[in-house]
Amino acid sequence: MSRKVIVLGEVRNGELRNISFEGIAAAKTVAEGGEVTAVLMGESVRGLAPQMIHYGADRAVIVEDPKLAAYTPDGFSQALLAVIDQVKPEAIIFGHTALGKDLSPKMASKLGAGLISDAVAIEAEGDNIIFTRPIYSGKAFEKKIITDGVLMASIRPNNIPPLEKDVSREGGIFAVSADINDLRTVVREVAEKAVQDVDLSEAKVIVSGGRGVKSAEGFKPLMELADVLGGAVGASRGACDAEYCDYSLQIGQTGKVVTPDLYIACGISGAIQHLAGMSNSKVVVAINKDPEANIFKVADYGIVGDLFEVVPMLVRELKALLIKA
Amino acid sequence: MNIYVLLKRTFDTEEKIVISGGEINSDGAEFIINPYDEYGVEEAIQIRDSQGGEVTVVSVGSGDAEKQLRTALAMGADKAVLINIEDDLEIGDEFTTAKILAEFLEDKEADLIFAGNVAIDGGSGQVGPRVADLLGIPYVTTITKIEIEGRDVNMIRDVEGSSETIEASLPLLVTAQQGLNEPRYPSLPGIMKAKKKPLEELEIDDLDLDEDDAAAKTKTIDIYLPRNKEGGRILEGEPQDQVKELINLLHSEAKVI
Ligand SMILES: Cc1cc2nc3c(=O)[nH]c(=O)nc-3n(C[C@H](O)[C@H](O)[C@H](O)COP(=O)(O)OP(=O)(O)OC[C@H]3O[C@@H](n4cnc5c(N)ncnc54)[C@H](O)[C@@H]3O)c2cc1C
Ligand SMILES: Cc1cc2nc3c(=O)[nH]c(=O)nc-3n(C[C@H](O)[C@H](O)[C@H](O)COP(=O)(O)OP(=O)(O)OC[C@H]3O[C@@H](n4cnc5c(N)ncnc54)[C@H](O)[C@@H]3O)c2cc1C
Repeated sequence: MSRKVIVLGEVRNGELRNISFEGIAAAKTVAEGGEVTAVLMGESVRGLAPQMIHYGADRAVIVEDPKLAAYTPDGFSQALLAVIDQVKPEAIIFGHTALGKDLSPKMASKLGAGLISDAVAIEAEGDNIIFTRPIYSGKAFEKKIITDGVLMASIRPNNIPPLEKDVSREGGIFAVSADINDLRTVVREVAEKAVQDVDLSEAKVIVSGGRGVKSAEGFKPLMELADVLGGAVGASRGACDAEYCDYSLQIGQTGKVVTPDLYIACGISGAIQHLAGMSNSKVVVAINKDPEANIFKVADYGIVGDLFEVVPMLVRELKALLIKA
Repeated sequence: MNIYVLLKRTFDTEEKIVISGGEINSDGAEFIINPYDEYGVEEAIQIRDSQGGEVTVVSVGSGDAEKQLRTALAMGADKAVLINIEDDLEIGDEFTTAKILAEFLEDKEADLIFAGNVAIDGGSGQVGPRVADLLGIPYVTTITKIEIEGRDVNMIRDVEGSSETIEASLPLLVTAQQGLNEPRYPSLPGIMKAKKKPLEELEIDDLDLDEDDAAAKTKTIDIYLPRNKEGGRILEGEPQDQVKELINLLHSEAKVI
């Protein structure tokens, strides 16, 4: 059953986030041969639209307005409603990112539709599209279908691989104008807290520190390791509570839920709330001086030792290899 | 200030999940107030204490949720409402819950509504924004700070590591993020007082809502546990050798670097 699908692309610092391309791959599965329209909204986004087509969208719709310079639920929902009005999609795909989490329930409510949040896998089966999503913060999974109305879902970053980029792909780029007014929330200021280049939810590699890191200073070797591996730094709540790092780095049941290819836990005991946030990572490495630590139960590879000895050694070895290669 | 807090009863974070007969088995499990809703209760109490007004906590669920509502009363909330759906509704989803809450809140003239940014069991994060939309009021999600002056509200919103300063005015719905405050523990006098505070129990029939209008739009067709990881491999030898072996394994066996 083919469906007309729209997928919302996301722009950050003037570039498309990877989730945009993952969204296109998800939209393709849902579309089952139907047309996939990528939507970009912002102050100036036209230049980014061709990339959405290179990654598999059939065409792109842009909504440009100075009032869309910063995300607000009112501004973005009005713009997206204008697009929906023209395209008349049967399905809509969002990223389960800060923006998508905030906007998708409002859109679902406006359309009187069901929404499946935080999908990690999508498959077409008969007339149904089946979405898999974690529940109980990753301690279990459920498979869900939409039974009524427009099919809406938000997908978790890093789980649905994007399609191969093909710069020879072509497709139309259309502008839709929207009347955007009466913004009831106003963004006055944005302060970048994290000085990380790689976002935790999108990182392929995460080096995470716990109370065993002992101080803010102690995170330095972990940052170096993340750096050589092109990854991001995360933390346990233990480390955040002890003020070694910011809460925005917290991974777990009341923090971020992450699924990188490689998760390196340093000085983290492996409390059940922490495991909920990371145990679905593809490969887990644990470095802990306590051989009985719970974290070893979910680790593919474990090193029993002092992280202040092991982590710098890892950095040195990896650097040496990089120079050779 | 007329403040409402949406409160969900949820599994304790310490609980392991067991599935029997295709459902999550809750026998013997401990339940708590969803941690993010606890931030909402705390913040609501603080705002009431400084600005006057009333805090009402409201939960949609079964009779069991009474315990969590009493805890919120013991923390300092003034009133509790339990919308007991046990006998009326068999299936429901985020839309159903939001619809019920919005129907209840419709004529309450709430100035400020707190929800959690996500429930740690269902995990959709939909209910807050959906309720705001159904009520036709604005919302701000994942806030870590809120200040109210007259009808003006200033907030800090956590957005994947950066923070936005946001302005809005009442009436408003906000969803709480970790860092908003440190929820208090109920005190002994608080617990005693809570026993006498009003806890109203409603059913769907008490709301102006046709069950069909709240019918779920999604359906769960399967629930399962993630496959168990096989016992990991603890590396041996001198630290230097372990590090070398690890890099080797990550490269050639796991193929992640
Ligand atoms: C409602 C609730 C929600 C929670 N949510 C979360 C959450 O989202 N995320 C989360 O992480 N936690 C969460 N927690 C907290 C959780 O229960 C644990 O307290 C926390 O994860 C412990 O952090 P930790 O592993 O860093 O510290 P600890 O448990 O203290 O472990 C430190 C580890 O470091 C090791 N170590 C010490 N020194 C060294 C060294 N030099 N080299 C190597 N290893 C060393 C020790 O052997 C130990 O295993 C939550 C708790 C509650 C009640
Ligand atoms: C009749 C009925 C039957 C249901 N049957 C099932 C079932 O079989 N299996 C199942 O897994 N779920 C069931 N649910 C629950 C439903 O699917 C969602 O879990 C629920 O609507 C909330 O979604 P969430 O857990 O993702 O919460 P989120 O949207 O993540 O919650 C965010 C915030 O919304 C507020 N909130 C959420 N739920 C409530 C509530 N109940 N009361 C007050 N405030 C709330 C809280 O402030 C919470 O922090 C049923 C619901 C109803 C109404």
